[in-house]
Amino acid sequence: METILEGLINNNLIVAFLTVGVVLFLSYWLSKTFTKGKIPGAAIAISAGLIIAYFGGDKGISNIPLFSGMAILGGNMLRDFSIVSTAMGASISQIKKAGWIGFFSLLIGIAAAFFSGALLAYAMGYHDIKSVVTIGAGACTFIVGPVTGNAIGAESDIVAISIAIGVIKSVLVTLLTPAIAKKIGLTNPKTAMIYGGVIGTTSGVAAGLAATDPKLVPYGALTATFYTGLACLLCPSVLYYIMDLMI
Amino acid sequence: MKIYGIAILSLCYLAGQVIGDLLGLGLAFKGNIGGVAFGMLFLIVFADHFKNKGFFDQESESGILFWSSMYIPVVVAMSSIQNVKVAIGSGFIAVVVGVLSTLFCFMLIPLISKFSKQEEHGN
Repeated sequence: METILEGLINNNLIVAFLTVGVVLFLSYWLSKTFTKGKIPGAAIAISAGLIIAYFGGDKGISNIPLFSGMAILGGNMLRDFSIVSTAMGASISQIKKAGWIGFFSLLIGIAAAFFSGALLAYAMGYHDIKSVVTIGAGACTFIVGPVTGNAIGAESDIVAISIAIGVIKSVLVTLLTPAIAKKIGLTNPKTAMIYGGVIGTTSGVAAGLAATDPKLVPYGALTATFYTGLACLLCPSVLYYIMDLMI
Repeated sequence: MKIYGIAILSLCYLAGQVIGDLLGLGLAFKGNIGGVAFGMLFLIVFADHFKNKGFFDQESESGILFWSSMYIPVVVAMSSIQNVKVAIGSGFIAVVVGVLSTLFCFMLIPLISKFSKQEEHGN
């Protein structure tokens, strides 16, 4: 038994592949069976990741030797590598298509999410700049929070909160979009591009638009693609300094 | 070959990281500021350039697409290695910030939409 366990620990990254594969399979199955796909499988899977972390220690499940490979698969290196690879879907001609209104929506959307999140965190008792900025970044997307938190050296529990905020946003966007699409004028490609830029959370935007009008998905996805990259640049730099001046 | 695509992705990633580290140093952080954003920018420019020249075939591209399909699995693994035990007591703030901030962003959409229409009429 001990030999088998030791063998598995020596292959920890492969154990992590298997574990994440099983988590994703179960999450997509839950999404399809119990929510008819209304809550995206990805959001369920990330929530499951946070729940799994609870059973570990200060480094989540990776404190348990068998699951130490999760720290490699989910570490900064592979995380940033896979984020960069998502830019493959974009091209210069697409950037031109989004134009100034797309860029403007992105800036407004990132600033709105960041400041509303950061100020709420401040109001709720978080007064150190690192926590406030990381929580504000989490209000952008579930990836901007941890990237920003790592860049400025925030604590892991604050990073966990920022992921949870981003996941809640993603689920809420998916569920709310079809319900309020008409009220916010989300009926044409141009508003879809603005919507993608302001909301930014790619999985939520794509799922929400698909449930509203599948023809609008590419327009929303176009601007949303740039949101994460731009927010990862702005949150730990310009927005950090503005926040530092404010509190 | 797929590895060509992965190599190009690596080059863009590393160049972005170097710039991010330098920017972090310039802003007096220990961390990496915007390395991801610069990496993405390089990849967009590179891919566009090589595609136009015909150097970049579908096989190379699939090497990059593999990593972009690993995005959510990597995020799931990242979530599983956080200090959730300490964070669980702050679950309430996650819900409050997540809900209120999202609603606020939704309210901005009709405003920007209106602004962009006025801009068009102005022109």
